[in-house]
Amino acid sequence: MSIRYVIRRILFLFLVIWVAATIIFFIPRLSTRNPVRQRLAELARTGGFAPGDIETMVASYNQKFGLDKPLLEQYFDYIGGLAQGDLGVSLHKYPRTVIELIMDAIPWTLALLLVTTILSFIIGNLLGAVAAWPRAPGWLRTFATPFVLLQGIPPVLMGVLLLFFIAFRLKALPLGSAYSTGVIPNWSLSFALDLLAHQILPALALILGSVGGWVLSMRGMGVTIHGEDYVNFAEHKGLGPTTIFRDYYLRNTLLPQVTGLVLALTTVVTSGIVVEQIFALPGIGTTLNQAIQNNDFLTIYGIVLFITIAVATLMVAVEFIYPLLDPRVRHT
Amino acid sequence: MATLAVSQPQIRQPGQVALFFRYLRRNKSLAVGLVILLGLCIFTVYGMLTADLSNAYPLSVKSKQPPSLEYPLGTDFFGRDLYPAMVVGLWQTALIGIVAGGLGTVIGVFLGFIAGYFGGPLDSGIKGICSVLIPIPAFLIQVVIAGSLDKRDVTIFTMAFVVLLLAWMVPTLVIRAQVLTMKERQFVSVAKLSGVGDLGIIFGEMMPNLIPFIVASFVAATFSAVFASFYLAVLGLGPLREPLLGNTIWAAQTQSAFFNGWWWWPMGPAIALVLILGSLALIIMGLDEISNPRVRKKE
Amino acid sequence: MDTMLNVAAKESDIGQATKPVLELENLRVSYYTDAGRAIALDGVDLTLMAGEKLGLVGESGSGKSTMALAMMRMIKPPGRIEEGRVIVDDTDLTALSEQDMLRARLSKISYIPQGAMNSLNPVLRVGAQLMDAMKAHVPDMPKDEMQAHCIRSLESVDLKANVFKMFPHELSGGMKQRVCIAIGILLKPKVIIADEPTSALDVVTQRQVMETIDRVQKQIGATVILIGHDMGLMAQFVDKVAVMYTGRFMEISPVRDMFLKPAHPYAQALIRSLPNLENKGVFQGIPGIAPSLLSLPGGCAFHPRCPFVMDICREQRPPFETFQENRQVACYLYTEKARS
Repeated sequence: MSIRYVIRRILFLFLVIWVAATIIFFIPRLSTRNPVRQRLAELARTGGFAPGDIETMVASYNQKFGLDKPLLEQYFDYIGGLAQGDLGVSLHKYPRTVIELIMDAIPWTLALLLVTTILSFIIGNLLGAVAAWPRAPGWLRTFATPFVLLQGIPPVLMGVLLLFFIAFRLKALPLGSAYSTGVIPNWSLSFALDLLAHQILPALALILGSVGGWVLSMRGMGVTIHGEDYVNFAEHKGLGPTTIFRDYYLRNTLLPQVTGLVLALTTVVTSGIVVEQIFALPGIGTTLNQAIQNNDFLTIYGIVLFITIAVATLMVAVEFIYPLLDPRVRHT
Repeated sequence: MATLAVSQPQIRQPGQVALFFRYLRRNKSLAVGLVILLGLCIFTVYGMLTADLSNAYPLSVKSKQPPSLEYPLGTDFFGRDLYPAMVVGLWQTALIGIVAGGLGTVIGVFLGFIAGYFGGPLDSGIKGICSVLIPIPAFLIQVVIAGSLDKRDVTIFTMAFVVLLLAWMVPTLVIRAQVLTMKERQFVSVAKLSGVGDLGIIFGEMMPNLIPFIVASFVAATFSAVFASFYLAVLGLGPLREPLLGNTIWAAQTQSAFFNGWWWWPMGPAIALVLILGSLALIIMGLDEISNPRVRKKE
Repeated sequence: MDTMLNVAAKESDIGQATKPVLELENLRVSYYTDAGRAIALDGVDLTLMAGEKLGLVGESGSGKSTMALAMMRMIKPPGRIEEGRVIVDDTDLTALSEQDMLRARLSKISYIPQGAMNSLNPVLRVGAQLMDAMKAHVPDMPKDEMQAHCIRSLESVDLKANVFKMFPHELSGGMKQRVCIAIGILLKPKVIIADEPTSALDVVTQRQVMETIDRVQKQIGATVILIGHDMGLMAQFVDKVAVMYTGRFMEISPVRDMFLKPAHPYAQALIRSLPNLENKGVFQGIPGIAPSLLSLPGGCAFHPRCPFVMDICREQRPPFETFQENRQVACYLYTEKARS
């Protein structure tokens, strides 16, 4: 891997982040909506202060958030703040900053998505590989088919179905939220179990909703690899099925499947956000959803930009491990 | 070097119709997907012709009724009859999917052809823009756009437009890749050498051969458009007054429908969406089998 | 001239071989397709002695590769071995269990693919691809001994020991082919099938690879079946040539007889189609096309294209019989029946 390649990819990453930031900055400003005014109008409705005050408040807010400056100056301030890791302040939960809100929420989201993505990647790929493997026992191959059928169902719908059948009808698991109402978070075992019980359905929804995609792509890949001369020659060598499966089959699907994982990152994050909303779980999705409901635009933009940066960075980072997965890949 | 004169053994084919049926019998995903989609179309058309669609809006009927003969899918908290709501929701979902998916494919085919066929700086430009935009989670940008719109302005068509804004990149890259490989094929070179113009080659020679890919792109783009509009609606960014399927699920969720025992409220639209997305996914799988013969199952 | 000398030298070798090492008895393979059952190998009989080298020629789809796969028991669905036996060194391979057959591959009978292109796993080092074969067949051998054996095998096909640590994409086409040969001879099999081992290589490399096969074959005394299109290359290397058509042997003759006075009309047509100095620039094909394996013509499969066709050829399939010493042919021109 040459230094030039690394530098090029990092510059590309900055380009992606800059483009995303620019889109996120300018699109809302094309709209006639004034977030501050709207926010204050809402406060006026609920808080009951006279509408006459609004104009002065708008002016002072605009000054506070720098919204009275010329657009380009605002833009440079914004990009400059971004470079220092500043995503602005929340309109709704002022004076808390957007970064603070994100940092409160991110552990929940990260834990849920990390566990479910890894599990569904492993399960899906194994099932898909087996489904494409002509020597696998018949029952094992049919076992993979239902998972393929799940492939079109987004995790959110899976969540609604699971809520209905398991939580609502069977009353086997809770209907949502992070832990039972009235319980104060503590370090006891019962609280840990309670927490876990609330995470099972969302996790299941995310796994079931994404595992089919892996089964499908792995099956397609497996069928292609099975036609390859090197698999054929491996059989002529008299290798056992296990060795061929592991070293000739799975090993060669690793690069394309990891690439697939990288491409699926945006879908994973999107699903996570919406599933959190369905299950009323704390996390970045719920924070985003609250911001949407409360017209807290600066938080919306901040969260979107944060996730974009995280996903793009991860994508570029994974590229650097490709040469380990396939010796033919040379980054130059 | 001596090589024998090689002649391929000719295999006598049974009739085309018989082969097609044999093929459909093996390509079950395509067959099943088409059947489900057809069923949904019949349901929607029948509903639009027979049901009172004005009941799909709030305060039309008695609220919170479970499914019964009078209200086959029940009614919701706001007094909407969920059966006409489902019919209208299906129709609107189809509209968003076809408008956004169709336009996305048209743009994709156009840009893909320009990039792939003419190459040069145009190609690197289009490819560059796509590669920069693809790592940005499209859905989140859609959230920003939809969130910046005044909620009163949001209609089915603004939804479709928001979804479309980021739905053209994947078709562009798919078609571009196909055009690039096809450009090297012999029949294109032959046409070029015999003086056929660029437009003649594009429409006369390449387009007919790309139809399977364009159809597959269209189905895939429709799938992602339905998907994206559904997700936006679940976050409460849809056209709030319309009974779009995702909106209904969002409304049910904000009113804690399961918690209050109104299970029918979110279940109807959820099952409808499962059927729509599931059938589209099956069709995509089936088409993939056609355009990628190595995946074809052996009998 | 050189060729002729080689042929003469080889004929004298045949006398030394006495014990049959490979016997095929009525081997029959068909493929079940959408369009019906295609008979790819239609009752093949063959006996080869230790150290004998047979060249197998025929048009594409004539059943050469099917025969090789059937001998390795590697016919996959929708194909099937319908009947027949493959006997290597007194073992009937068709009667072995799956497990025993795995062990027989490479140790009794091995297959050298057209390896220049894609026969090596791109993500494993060459050494790992020799070692996994060793581990599958002689699991009890100590690791370092295994490795020494693999490196010796690589060296015996003129590769350097450091190839062991390289990845396939770092090798040239000829080197990859040599690696495939090294794998093929790893366990000193009795029978080696080389399926067009030189077809993707340039002419100079082709010759070097053939010489390598020839040398290692002599070292381990294996019987070789060489499948190929290139009759010129074959003439320099094999003892006997078998001509296949529609899954049947048409003729098996010593290489000299096959080239100088081919017996079967199809073999005659094949030999005539080779370019030589006399008919330079004239390309002679065989009139007509090969029939579909789904519906072979009755009687002799070649009769629709045969210039000497007789009534009996249309009705009955000619038996594959010895008509001179060391020569077998399936044609009524050479049977008693036709003469009477």
